[in-house]
Amino acid sequence: MHEFGITENIVNIAIAKADEAQASKVVQINLVVGEMAGFVPDCIQFYFDSLSKDTIAQGAMLHFELVPTQLRCRNCSTIFQPQDTIWACPKCRSQSIELSKGRELYIESMEVE
Amino acid sequence: MKRIEVIQNILEANETVARRNQQLLNVHRVFAINIMSSPGAGKTSLIQQTLTNLKDRLNIAVIEGDVASTVDAEKVQNNAKAVIQINTRNMPESCSLMAAMLEPALKDIPLDDIDLLLIENVGNLICPSEFALGEHKRIVISSLPEGDDKPIKYPLIFIDANAVIINKMDLLPYVDFDIAAFRRAVAGLNPEAEIFELSCKTGEGIERWRSWILAQVKSNAIK
Repeated sequence: MHEFGITENIVNIAIAKADEAQASKVVQINLVVGEMAGFVPDCIQFYFDSLSKDTIAQGAMLHFELVPTQLRCRNCSTIFQPQDTIWACPKCRSQSIELSKGRELYIESMEVE
Repeated sequence: MKRIEVIQNILEANETVARRNQQLLNVHRVFAINIMSSPGAGKTSLIQQTLTNLKDRLNIAVIEGDVASTVDAEKVQNNAKAVIQINTRNMPESCSLMAAMLEPALKDIPLDDIDLLLIENVGNLICPSEFALGEHKRIVISSLPEGDDKPIKYPLIFIDANAVIINKMDLLPYVDFDIAAFRRAVAGLNPEAEIFELSCKTGEGIERWRSWILAQVKSNAIK
């Protein structure tokens, strides 16, 4: 729902990092996005194409590595993936659950020329 | 072609401004609360109750975030020391307040005269959970007509909450809301969160909320 602002940040970071590396073109941006972060990759690419126009990031491909939600039981420390809408530990049935992966939202690396 | 390592949080720009906002609030010893919920759960009603019950003890400022209108700002202006309305309609994002929207609003508030800042976020259970504003505590309100499944459907906002309010308790006889199941779901996601059951309409349960706020502000700083 707020992909526009997110994409603005992606463009700004990509341009700054490419400048630092004295590159003249950004070819690909590798992003890591958690399943729970709630961002739609297609939507980010759509905004990216328009926001990066006339910059060194124009035409860059966005590559998304999606991180599935991973949960951890606070009771018995079992690591598991949610199978159900209610988060419960498959081993001890506890509902005291920590989100251990799935909120990621960062630029991992870039390919530049 | 060469590969460069970046590892940079995409939300960092927001977080940097949020930290700056919090530093400013700390300098002036203002305790700030970010109030989040779906539309209609009672954010404005909670602010009105808080103002009515605490205006004799604390100087309170309110920031109202809405996509459009000044309806909420008008409702609270009589009891607040300062009210700022932020309309997100013309901003890059309209689904949530962001730290950069708060920054200019803070300049319009006489922070030296304020003890408590209540920030009413845009009604939404998804986007506001991603954007820190510079607040000290995050509050989520769920109201009985919404159903008891909100922590299951929107876990992130509950995971980050310092307190969760169950509002509209006066409607309990008329709706199927399982308080125990709701509490269990919140406690499972976030064992630290305080849970309050109250009705902003009847005032039931407000006293405990009032004491909690007073204790929070006191632990922050005494002017």
